[in-house]
Amino acid sequence: MRFRLKEGGRIDRTQRLRFTFNGQSYEGFAGDTLASALIANGTHLTSRSFKYHRPRGILTAGAEEPSALVQLGEGARTEPNLRATQVELYDGLTATGVNAWPSANCDFAAWTGRFAPLFPAGFYYKTFLWPASFWKSLYEPVIRRMAGLGRAPEAPDPDSYDKMNVHCDVLVVGGGPAGIAAALAAGEAGARVLLVDEQAALGGALLGLRHHVDGADGAAWAEAAANRLATMPEVRVLTRTTLFGYYDHNSLSALERRTDHLGPRAPAGTGRQRLWHIKAGRVVLATGAHERPLVFADNDRPGVMLASAAQRYVNHYAALPGERAVLFTNNDAAYEAAHDIVEAGGTVGAVVDCRPEPAAPLAPALKQAGVPLHIGSVIAATHGTKRVRSVTVAKLGEGGGPSSEQYRIYCDSVLASGGWNPAVHLFSQSAGKLAFEEARGIFLPGQATQAVEVTGAANGSFGLAGCLAEGAAAGARAAQAAGFGDGTAPPIPSSDAPEPGAITPYWLAPGQKPVGHGKAKHMVDHQDDVTAADIRLAAREGFRSVEHVKRYTTVGMGTDQGKTANVNGLAILADALGKTVPEVGFTTYRPPYTPVTFGALAGRDTGPLMDPLRRTAMHEWHEAEGAVFEPVGQWHRPWWYPKPGEDNHAAVARECRAVRDAVGILDASTLGKIDIKGPDAATLLDMIYTNAFSTLKVGRVRYGLMCGDDGMVFDDGTTARLGENHYLMTTTTGNAAHVLEWLEEWLQTEWPELKVYCTSVTEQWATVALAGPKARDVLAALAPDMALDTDSFPFMSVKEGTVAGVDARVFRISFTGELSFEINVPWHHGRHLWEALMEAGAAHGIAPYGTEAMHVLRAERGFIIVGQETDGTTTPHDLGMDWIVSKKKPDFLGKRAWSREDTRRDDRKQLVGILTDDPGTVLPEGTQLVDRPGRPPLPMIGHVTSSYASPALGRSIALALVKGGRGRKGETVHAAPESGFVPCKITEPVFYDSEGAKRDG
Amino acid sequence: MLWIDCPWCGPRPETEFRYGGEAHIARPEPAATDDAAWADYLFMRTNPKGVHAERWMHREGCRRWFNALRDTVSNDVVAIYPMGAPRPDASGDEAGDD
Ligand SMILES: [Zn+2]
Repeated sequence: MRFRLKEGGRIDRTQRLRFTFNGQSYEGFAGDTLASALIANGTHLTSRSFKYHRPRGILTAGAEEPSALVQLGEGARTEPNLRATQVELYDGLTATGVNAWPSANCDFAAWTGRFAPLFPAGFYYKTFLWPASFWKSLYEPVIRRMAGLGRAPEAPDPDSYDKMNVHCDVLVVGGGPAGIAAALAAGEAGARVLLVDEQAALGGALLGLRHHVDGADGAAWAEAAANRLATMPEVRVLTRTTLFGYYDHNSLSALERRTDHLGPRAPAGTGRQRLWHIKAGRVVLATGAHERPLVFADNDRPGVMLASAAQRYVNHYAALPGERAVLFTNNDAAYEAAHDIVEAGGTVGAVVDCRPEPAAPLAPALKQAGVPLHIGSVIAATHGTKRVRSVTVAKLGEGGGPSSEQYRIYCDSVLASGGWNPAVHLFSQSAGKLAFEEARGIFLPGQATQAVEVTGAANGSFGLAGCLAEGAAAGARAAQAAGFGDGTAPPIPSSDAPEPGAITPYWLAPGQKPVGHGKAKHMVDHQDDVTAADIRLAAREGFRSVEHVKRYTTVGMGTDQGKTANVNGLAILADALGKTVPEVGFTTYRPPYTPVTFGALAGRDTGPLMDPLRRTAMHEWHEAEGAVFEPVGQWHRPWWYPKPGEDNHAAVARECRAVRDAVGILDASTLGKIDIKGPDAATLLDMIYTNAFSTLKVGRVRYGLMCGDDGMVFDDGTTARLGENHYLMTTTTGNAAHVLEWLEEWLQTEWPELKVYCTSVTEQWATVALAGPKARDVLAALAPDMALDTDSFPFMSVKEGTVAGVDARVFRISFTGELSFEINVPWHHGRHLWEALMEAGAAHGIAPYGTEAMHVLRAERGFIIVGQETDGTTTPHDLGMDWIVSKKKPDFLGKRAWSREDTRRDDRKQLVGILTDDPGTVLPEGTQLVDRPGRPPLPMIGHVTSSYASPALGRSIALALVKGGRGRKGETVHAAPESGFVPCKITEPVFYDSEGAKRDG
Repeated sequence: MLWIDCPWCGPRPETEFRYGGEAHIARPEPAATDDAAWADYLFMRTNPKGVHAERWMHREGCRRWFNALRDTVSNDVVAIYPMGAPRPDASGDEAGDD
């Protein structure tokens, strides 16, 4: 730790920590970040840049870091693109710089830098456009290898994550001087306060400064404040917590890193991170400010860093940025960084100030310490390869260009400061308007949309005294607005910090050659490798909108959202367009402020907890029989029941044959069941269904289609009339909740005068479908008191009685074409009924069948499945189901739409059967149909909706929607699966027992 | 995340609700409605910048429908009122028809 100061800093020198970075071993102290530990070891080179693979180092000391991105850890716990400036050091930490192959020090792809002309602004759109085949085979793989930052872990995440919801009167974001003052004021007023801060301890910028508050060291004052806040019962402080999203109605989200700083010593059973969903009465944003880099030639060379970052490394981490630093600034405040380095015993080789006549209060002290001052000068070049070794300082001449008066100054670090940008990201997310202040060249919070106030440096008050006073006032006001206190701020702590002083905005320092000429790069966006020349090129190519320039050049589009880049980029664009910054406008910040792990967003809602799994009463029986399950909505339904040695085709064929030849049994419990009661139940159903239900006799069942008022089919099912004012509706499995909502919506919003109750009873009744010529024999054995002959129990009727000793409702309906009974018993009797039926059916060769066999059987019979044969643009007429559309009812949902011209077109897609000329070919569902083979593009005439190998027919069958298909029966068309064209014939959409002779057994 | 003040259950997060689109679109008498007017009823919705009358349903709660006036710029919910009640006075728009 050659660059570690002998004393000072806020690190724990009693705890030495070992870590590995880019394969090399280092030591640091507890309290270090990865970045500060590297700097203490003299390592600035961390990684390679995104596009040109230029060597990159540590630019900042915080969340705004664009370039020192690392891949932390290994295996399942590895995490990409973390900012080394925010990774807290722990013993055994392992990390590598991103984007470097094989290593940051010896990068294989750095030669791309020599081909930089290939990567101008908009290179995505230009260089690689032609020929197309080159893109797939050459450019894309190469670019993917070289660009693209870190690697995602490939194994499942072994950590757990939690979510918390919290309500507070006042949320204070940021635990610097302004935020602490606000939280103290609001807390003392009695409000429920939540204070969140991304660092390990409160203090914010104070931790990197040498100033005093109330006579105490800034960090000590912050610690005392934290202790005071801890005594307030209604105040909660969350450190290591980043408020990353500000949404509507003061809903905010924060990510708390609970164990990341412990590395492998994280206690087992503690969630690694916690996602906080916060609902705040008032929000105080005390998010501070980010120092703005200066844009100068080769300003991305490792060793070049923000002045305030160097100052923080010295004061907070007792780490010098190097042997010899040069400060480059356009403002007075940055002199403090040079001053602190000198005070700490470091060497500052020069101060370069671009202003012609600066009057920084600290200039005399620096001069006295022997630091030369170059005023009206810029850094026109940096030299070195993987670390800056010297800079060329040029006196500015007339017109702002470099004069011939130039000096070479040896240094290994450059501290650059272009002033400060208020961190208005969260305010912008909250839909607050930003206002540009010309004098300091900054965006300030303007008109707020939500109950929020911005305070301190985030509001442009860069002085410590101002932060403390503004924060306290804001906290008191917020508490008062939430109903606590009278809005009077508590006494303001005193401080010894100087005012921030003067600044002259300076956007682009000239190099030795004109910008964009020669090899030097004026880097604006360090993460995306966007230069000033790129932005100027975009302007020359006609881009005017800042949103377009952003996308074309990719400035600000990295994981850092351009925290250090955006304002510089905008000002350079405005200059190139000859406009002012406000005229060019600003892009909107969006969540997240810094990246959030997917693990935290998912929380515990992973694996089996991701979505509720619904199981029927017979589920365990199916499992024991080795059923393969199919997810249908949230249900798991048996798909087929393979016997040993059977594949799915064999199992389904066997199950189909059992139903056609003997008897099969299906768990139909998942079908939606809605109990509909009330004097107006019949009126409601007459409006909801295309056919009439008021005419249905008690004890009878009718199949119905439901349409929207646009005339399109959206559900089907059978409905039984159980009493004069009592119906039981069934719906498709996946649509049950939707249909119930559909009924409720009409009842509540359009026909509130109807007296009807609708109740979901899906999970009250277990349902077993018993289908096949032997179904009656099996049921008779279990229901001796029930008359089952066709006259007593005709097709489409319902009976109540006792089956297998339990109360049951039995429906004589059929979805297979065979004689069929659907037996409903109370849910908890489902398994009992199922096993009784299996036992009674054993002698008849009963076989359980799954949803796949059900689909085959119904398709053979030409029964549709809504959502498969329909797609939201299908009318009953398209399905050939005119028979179910009432001609008598004056009104029902859908009716009006069918007199529209469009729904009467002859060339609408209509349901037909499709038989491939080769009976062995089973077309994939979704296959497009064309009139004749040929070279694409070909006009599409329809598509296959259902397709199976039919055991009953001994060949393949398919249903399809074909334009004008009903008039084309017998014609040959061609299916176009990926394998080539398949000739087939259009047929009736019924393949089996079209007379319905088998339904009575 | 919006917070919506259900008239039956009180303030609840948006995720508990179903959005029901523009309010005050009464189903016209089909026989007395020409194709253009029927299409208008089915498909055409206003999209104001400002106060918008819309329907919500508290799906994960009481499952009741109600109307709300929401400012589409600020997302402020400025009024909640029952189904069937006329649109309350709010700046920028005329009263509804239902
Ligand atoms: Zn409610």
